[in-house]
Amino acid sequence: MIPLSHYLLVSAVLFAIGTTGVFLRRNLITILLSIEIMLNAVNLSFVAFGRQLGTVDGQIIVFFVMTVAAAEAAVGLAIVIGLYRHRESLNPDAFVSLKW
Amino acid sequence: MPETLTFYLLSALAIGASALVIGQRNPMYSVLMLIASFGALAGLYIQLDAPFVAVAQIIIYAGAIMVLFLFVVMLLNAPKEDGADWDQAHPLRLPPVTRLGSMLAVLLVVQLAWALMEANGIGGPVSGETGADTVSSVRQLGRVLFTDYVFAFEATSILILVAMVGAVMLARREGERS
Amino acid sequence: MELRTIVQLGIIGLTFFMLINASAVLVLAERKIMGFMQQRFGPYLVGPHGLLQPLADIIKLLMKEELRPKGADKWLFTLAPILSITAAFAAFATVPWGAETTFFGLLDEPVKLGVADVNVGVLVIFAITSMGVYGIVLAGWSSNSKYSLFGGLRASAQMISYELSYATALAAVILLAGSLSLREVVDAQAGSWLGFIPRWYVFLQPVGFIIYMIAGVAETNRAPFDFPEAEQELVAGYNTEYSSVRFALFPQAEYINMTTMSAVATDLYLGGWHGPFLPPEYGWIWFLLKVGAILFCYIWVRWTLPRYRYDQLMQFGWKWLFPAAVINLIVTAALVLYFNA
Repeated sequence: MIPLSHYLLVSAVLFAIGTTGVFLRRNLITILLSIEIMLNAVNLSFVAFGRQLGTVDGQIIVFFVMTVAAAEAAVGLAIVIGLYRHRESLNPDAFVSLKW
Repeated sequence: MPETLTFYLLSALAIGASALVIGQRNPMYSVLMLIASFGALAGLYIQLDAPFVAVAQIIIYAGAIMVLFLFVVMLLNAPKEDGADWDQAHPLRLPPVTRLGSMLAVLLVVQLAWALMEANGIGGPVSGETGADTVSSVRQLGRVLFTDYVFAFEATSILILVAMVGAVMLARREGERS
Repeated sequence: MELRTIVQLGIIGLTFFMLINASAVLVLAERKIMGFMQQRFGPYLVGPHGLLQPLADIIKLLMKEELRPKGADKWLFTLAPILSITAAFAAFATVPWGAETTFFGLLDEPVKLGVADVNVGVLVIFAITSMGVYGIVLAGWSSNSKYSLFGGLRASAQMISYELSYATALAAVILLAGSLSLREVVDAQAGSWLGFIPRWYVFLQPVGFIIYMIAGVAETNRAPFDFPEAEQELVAGYNTEYSSVRFALFPQAEYINMTTMSAVATDLYLGGWHGPFLPPEYGWIWFLLKVGAILFCYIWVRWTLPRYRYDQLMQFGWKWLFPAAVINLIVTAALVLYFNA
């Protein structure tokens, strides 16, 4: 049997990798991909806890998280397309006109 | 024993593929590595007796969201990183800053892991009993989804509709009337 | 290793072998049927009445030179046909093709004829056919050629659009059967009404069957929905730059996808392996006959109907087929509720 802490450790490592990606990468699409990694890490913890407690609530919330992630990815990519059309660059440092 | 082996293999694949996602220069390779990571996570969900979530992960994440990412990467002809000169001299790329950043990332992982290990009641195995009756069926999921969480379900459907309309509106070119 | 494990491994090997044979037989069947529909003989020279033509085709393809364009992405160019063919084979894993059998008393308990029986089998097939899109889109992109890129983008957009109607038609059948496992869907179609009309779901869901078949033809990029690989319009679409073995994997993946769609249609709508005269252990003969009939319809439609233009194709998928599938699902749900309440 695999202890719950193993699953949570995997989830923690994945979350940290996703956070690193959001902070360090200078490409808008890779930043969105790192956000997806973070959401998946959270899904894994939910399912693991749900299994531990013996309810299906963990899987229900994973269902909702996946749906929200899909909606967010669609809108985020539409925004990225609009930004690219404006500035011809996918680097977040190119969009600094609102900086003081 | 084979269960433990499968767990380590799948976790190694998931973590390795995710590390490669953020380590690759080419965004097309990042997307493909993320698809591999999602596949490994689906395997982990099957090990956690959640077959519907595993299949939904493949259908929604690996089969739909990643196709969307792939389309955007191809249509925008996303360039590899570090193309611009001013990017090389970015203040976040100086050696002291990257060293501090890596240390902070390792610190985050260690802190999360320590917090998880110290919590009560998680040292035990994932499930008390195993067998066919603990594999949650889709029927069970559907029953709970449509009775206890029906409001969230309907709200999610409106959310998807709004996201669909919003994405189409945002991605249109200026001046199109069709 | 006990006998049961060996028999199960044998069933898996037999399924794999039959899928490869199916693609070879379909190559010949398509050209022969096309020939007869055009009032000429098909391939006639190789072997008796042209029966060894697939062998000649395979030898020719294997002997050709392996080309790779200079600007093509090294890894993705080879990965794309591998993804296509792997998804095509893997999708057949949860399709049952026969009833339980003990092989004439050789085994103690009966073994199911089929690679795996998963309790979410229908969703697994849907998931793996969604993964088949990647082979085409990566083939189009990694060839570094404008014809390939357009072909790949169009093919993948078409496939993901028709997946919706496909899934909604499936959902209506699952409402009737009450289970996601394909074996249970087939077993719910055993027996007959009035002694001679079999209890197949095609009689309860005629609209659903038509929607499923149209979506299946569009999913496998077959005519009249084969604009992405049309010879006359796009050179050869997403497989323009491919040659020899890498090329051979694409049509093979297409034929195996056709076989999987026909097998799933047989299981869902035509009663699988249930048939009038044979005992259940020989049900796989009925299964083969029904799959063959659907495959003949695939080839018949290809060589009869003209090709859809791409925007007509997408309009049809989104504006006509998907609303029809949704209305079918709603009406089915209402009737199930009415008759069970």
